[in-house]
Amino acid sequence: MSVGVLDRAGDAAADGWNHGRIDAIRDVTPTIREFTIALDRVPTCAPGSHLKVQVAAEGRSDHRSYSVVGATGTTIRIAVKRQPDSRGGSAYMWTLSIGDAIAVAAPRCDFPLTHGAPHYLLLAGGVGITPMVAMAEQLAKRGASLRMVYAARSAEEFAYRLELSELLGDRLALFAADESQSVNIATEIDRLPADGELYMCGPLGLMEAVRHAWEAAGRPRGKLRYETFGSSGSHPVQSFTVKVPRLNAEILVRENESMLDALEAAGVEVVFECRRGECGLCAIQIVELEGVVDHRDVFFSARQHRENTQLCACVSRIAGGSVTIDPAWRGDDAFAFASTNTIDGEHV
Amino acid sequence: MKQPTFPMNAWYVAAWDAEIGRTLVSRTICNRKMVLYRKLDGTPVALEDACWHRLVPLSIGTLQGDDVRCGYHGMVFGPNGRCTHMPTQETINPSACVRAFPIEQRHRFLWVWPGDPAMADPALIPELPWPDDAEWAGDGSMTEVKADYRLVIDNLMDLTHETYVHASSIGNEALAEAPFDAYHGERTARVERWVLNEEAPPFWAGQLGKAGKTDRWQIINFLAPSVIYLEVGVAPAGTGAPEGDRSQGVDMRVLHLPTPSTEKSCYYFWAHLRNYNIADQGHTRRVLNAGGGIMLEDEEIIEAQQRAIDDHPDHVFYNLNIDAGSMWARRAIDRMIAKETAPVMAVAAE
Repeated sequence: MSVGVLDRAGDAAADGWNHGRIDAIRDVTPTIREFTIALDRVPTCAPGSHLKVQVAAEGRSDHRSYSVVGATGTTIRIAVKRQPDSRGGSAYMWTLSIGDAIAVAAPRCDFPLTHGAPHYLLLAGGVGITPMVAMAEQLAKRGASLRMVYAARSAEEFAYRLELSELLGDRLALFAADESQSVNIATEIDRLPADGELYMCGPLGLMEAVRHAWEAAGRPRGKLRYETFGSSGSHPVQSFTVKVPRLNAEILVRENESMLDALEAAGVEVVFECRRGECGLCAIQIVELEGVVDHRDVFFSARQHRENTQLCACVSRIAGGSVTIDPAWRGDDAFAFASTNTIDGEHV
Repeated sequence: MKQPTFPMNAWYVAAWDAEIGRTLVSRTICNRKMVLYRKLDGTPVALEDACWHRLVPLSIGTLQGDDVRCGYHGMVFGPNGRCTHMPTQETINPSACVRAFPIEQRHRFLWVWPGDPAMADPALIPELPWPDDAEWAGDGSMTEVKADYRLVIDNLMDLTHETYVHASSIGNEALAEAPFDAYHGERTARVERWVLNEEAPPFWAGQLGKAGKTDRWQIINFLAPSVIYLEVGVAPAGTGAPEGDRSQGVDMRVLHLPTPSTEKSCYYFWAHLRNYNIADQGHTRRVLNAGGGIMLEDEEIIEAQQRAIDDHPDHVFYNLNIDAGSMWARRAIDRMIAKETAPVMAVAAE
């Protein structure tokens, strides 16, 4: 039971950031590193939560969200995969040592477990296991009927294998790609009772396959819950150019940054929320395309992806080439309210 | 320090023109308590609603010509806030005064400026000509809503809610299915939505009075911090409305002016103006009644939302694609607030 909460409203720390400290570091696979962060209060942290942390990327202060693996007392654990073409977040995290300070926001849960489903299928791909660990723990504790299916590139890439085997026994099924083991998604879905729920976290390709199979099986959309990380697409990451004729701008998006970051840095305003390709707020109008859009969001449907009229700037990219976009800016002069832009007193 | 939720340096609607006359009316605008009245010549006045002497609200005093007499010890203040009479002394204390707020009448509304009076330029009052334009007919009212004024703005910047909150009058499924575009400027935001070749919902079918499918438009124009007007209407499908010719249809300007009273309450001024059947005063009353009913539905939802927010003080909203309009609106509001709250840099004396 939590005895206190990270209270954002009552916290005077600037903008809801709290002081954390790296308490322990452990490599859970050759490419996934777990960080135990000590906080000054007990966090409220439901399974499926993520933790926003401040990172230094490209010399700028920025933030990244990582799934919470677990929380004990005043410590909280996250796991970060080293991404060779990361936007700088994972590279930064991997430079941290025990004792280092780290600013964290209160955990937030956008991927919550429901109660009372007759059966739960947890499907994880790669580092997508991180939110599933706490989910499996809670479901097992509740005595819920569950099965976990966990796919990874190779046997050594199964993070938390020992813990999960102990917890779940034969309710855990592992699939290592390098041993030619692959998940038969349709079969897994068929095994689910009618009201069973599927929770999925993993790379985009796996997720799209799951969404497709779920729909094909005629399952209700509300019983499939998923979370993705916008770092996987169908094309390798490349730099590309964004042309914004309305603002007379041409912006280079480098390999290690998102289109959203590049637009913001260049002063092109975009509204956004999740930065994970889920909310659809940063959807931008495509005017012209030279190259292929590597859609990495889950906001648009497959049909909309094929249409290619918009893209989610937070995660989607152009696989070589350029894109011409039209952002939402029209200026105050495009509105009929008169003399509206000198309210700051310059006219006095 | 808690972040303010509204800028002070802006014109806010404090009252409809007809609400203020030769009586004292108390309103709280942006946490400033004001007493409103008119001078003998009709000029509106807004004074701080607290006597300089013992803070008793002047609004429970009496009007004396162009001045207000405090109901406690009889101190009198003129329309500029200066004390003009002090009981049982022959002189007037030179520091006795209450604050006078800039106030202007424009477009049938009384606008006040709760912030720095030196910045209160009447030219900054937004252009909303329809309420006193002979080509347009209609009227409006004011509803006190126990909620943050920004929740009213959120409500208006995404009219998807019409499908669910106003299903009996102006909402239907086609609306929630139609795509929209969101645009913005520094202080402005616009959401534009067209529902083409669909059945009109009951209210609009009645306004148009023609059978058949319609093209429907909803253009929401926002000016920070709290001015919204909607261009809404329907025309028989295929008569050129999307291309700019709305002449075959019925067109309305709906004003929504939610003035912050406190952080959790607002005065929600609204009006419906139409450019058809303008000589029919019964039509004005019927639209006013329909508008009042729609407003009650919004009020119920928004107040329930405010109560829920109060019950979840730590909750951070997850914004969706449909929230783009309100996100742009809130950014524009936040920019105005940031300008006012930015730390003042000390300037070295020469």
